[in-house]
Amino acid sequence: MSRFTSFCRTTALAVLATGTCLSAAHADSTLTIATVNNGDMIIMRQLSGEFEKAHPGIHLNWVTLEENVLRQRVTTDIATGAGQFDIMTIGNYEVPIWAKQKWLAEVQPAADYDVNDILPAVRAGLTVNDRIYALPFYAESVMTYYRTDLFKKAGITMPEAPTYEQIRQYADKITDKSNQVYGMCLRGKPGWGENMAYVTSLVNTFGGQWFGMGWKPMLDSAAWKSAINWYVSILNADGPPGATSNGFNENLALFASGHCGMWIDSTVAGGMLFDPKQSQVASKVGFAPVPKGSFGKGPTWLWSWNLAIPASSKHTQDAQTFITWATSKEYVQLVAKQKGWVAVPAGTRQSTYDNADYKKAAPFASFVLNAINTADPNGQTAQPRPYGGAQFVGIPQFQAIGTQVGQTIAAALSGQMQVDQALAAAQSSTTRTMRQSGYTH
Amino acid sequence: MNAPPAAHATPKKARSAGFALLAPAVTILLVWSIVPLVLTLWYSFRNYNLVDPTLHGFAGVNNYWYLLTDPDFLRSLLNTAILVGGVLVVSVGGGTLLAVLYDQEFIGRGIARVLAISPFFVMPTVSALVWKNLMLHPIYGVYSWMMRAVGLTPIDWLQRFPMATVMMIVAWEWLPFAILILLTAVQSLDSEQKEAARMDGAGPIARFRYIILPHLSRAITVVVMIETIYLLTIFAEISVTTAGGPGVASTNLAFLIYSRALLQFDVGGASAGGVIAIIIANIVAAFLVRAVARNLEV
Repeated sequence: MSRFTSFCRTTALAVLATGTCLSAAHADSTLTIATVNNGDMIIMRQLSGEFEKAHPGIHLNWVTLEENVLRQRVTTDIATGAGQFDIMTIGNYEVPIWAKQKWLAEVQPAADYDVNDILPAVRAGLTVNDRIYALPFYAESVMTYYRTDLFKKAGITMPEAPTYEQIRQYADKITDKSNQVYGMCLRGKPGWGENMAYVTSLVNTFGGQWFGMGWKPMLDSAAWKSAINWYVSILNADGPPGATSNGFNENLALFASGHCGMWIDSTVAGGMLFDPKQSQVASKVGFAPVPKGSFGKGPTWLWSWNLAIPASSKHTQDAQTFITWATSKEYVQLVAKQKGWVAVPAGTRQSTYDNADYKKAAPFASFVLNAINTADPNGQTAQPRPYGGAQFVGIPQFQAIGTQVGQTIAAALSGQMQVDQALAAAQSSTTRTMRQSGYTH
Repeated sequence: MNAPPAAHATPKKARSAGFALLAPAVTILLVWSIVPLVLTLWYSFRNYNLVDPTLHGFAGVNNYWYLLTDPDFLRSLLNTAILVGGVLVVSVGGGTLLAVLYDQEFIGRGIARVLAISPFFVMPTVSALVWKNLMLHPIYGVYSWMMRAVGLTPIDWLQRFPMATVMMIVAWEWLPFAILILLTAVQSLDSEQKEAARMDGAGPIARFRYIILPHLSRAITVVVMIETIYLLTIFAEISVTTAGGPGVASTNLAFLIYSRALLQFDVGGASAGGVIAIIIANIVAAFLVRAVARNLEV
């Protein structure tokens, strides 16, 4: 008997994950969490010890990956039903698509979680038929960062609502290539989540869109041409060299080390650019809304990183306990206590923006809140459109299309192709993909 | 002829016993190599997109049709040929000259040889990162710093000349391999032969042309064959430095298949690409084997 118990004990230790030996082991479970190596997630991982202390039966196994690799791993895992992960970090692009394919488990947080505190724009992106399929960890929109000292030196002031035409003139004025100061930094690295995130919001405000009704691709329209011409010409004249390999992180490094005069990108960069520990220009950063193009309106940018539970998970209850902990008000308080208010996950909860300490630590707080609330992922483009999404198209094929078109735009940016030629190529490859996947015939 | 009858019977028995003993190994080998091939063929005729399970069933030849009529596919074939050809020219040409050079006596020859050969032992991903960020980066790179120091504008290599730059990085990795093989071959050349030619009044160029080069021809064939096999599947260098771009300027067949499979999640299309890659590799291999065989049967 005693031999059996000790056998069980060792086996239980070895297979904690399945915990099938003794009833005592049943309470224990190990959650495998796939997440992205962004700063906020690294903090979550560091603080998860607190969670394990409060929930002795639940153990956490972290798989932290770079964004592209994460996407490949979680997509192949969930699509083949491999069931390797109990919790996945996914964007508001994936949540509704995967929920419709019944790949995600519904999340039903306890009453004290306060779902209504989550910003409505963010919550709407995670809700399908009034059911919530993921909880938001942080969210972002887009804004313009600029160097107040360079603007002062050039004798210009940033208007409250700049247009792309004005931005072009300012960039020309503050570019100083001999000192390696470049008037405008923008994403050029190909990818649907890299350059195309920015390009889509740029095209929207110029009056362009990806598809018209009947899913006809509209990439060779005049609006796309003028938007891409603006993008290519400003980066060639005033951008840093090597723009086609600059994504979010590369531009962040360039701006923080004083090489950029302006940068239009995710609001999440604010916390890092205003932090003197991470940025050499912390005291000279100004911010403005994303500029407007000739159409002026159009959806801008709304991205959230969320925690979701795949339907294949065997620990749905425990996984839900963890994701409600990591996205709760109490977690925000915990980060504030341990890392300071400027480090708390942004863009998800009204209570964070109501907090006086946060507003003091992050001068851009109310600005970001406004940008997120007006991002308008389901808003009207110049022509009626059959799809949703602000800086992406909410269909499964968009990863393929966005990546391919992103490559073509990078070719135009590097001078390998003319803008018109690149857009014609993008139009034809998108048409092919849409035909191949049965949207058009 | 005069063998006893028993000896005639044993081989037959032994042969069937041999088959029985070999069977498990052969079966495992077959399963191991045939199953992936058959699965690739099977998927290449299916509609199979990981992110869109609503699309399934047989695609017929659609996957092949979409691949073969894709302008990116032709471009990637051309890029593969340019990459293989360019690197071969640089590594065989440079390798021959450097091998002859390092065969001479000079001070510090041992150190020079080690330095010339060491790039081969750097992992592809690492050397691609070193070249991309430390050497060629237009702002932080060593070359850009050197160019700025003499008042020139640094060239943005990976953006302006993506294919040539990838080729240069790959050649940097494979030149040492050529040096290694060719240096060994040069050293096996009888020094009396060289001496005799010198006494007959042959200059250095004539000696290289008529004695060293013919002696090296077999080694060169071997270098060409081995490098071609590896260069057809270059992936890490492209993925790290240019990710196949800008556009498809530096996409080779291996990268195209990767991007179909793991960036676009189109398993069917990627499998069709895989089948075509196997066919191309076999055609190239057939030519190489014939060329080498002809060269070796002297």
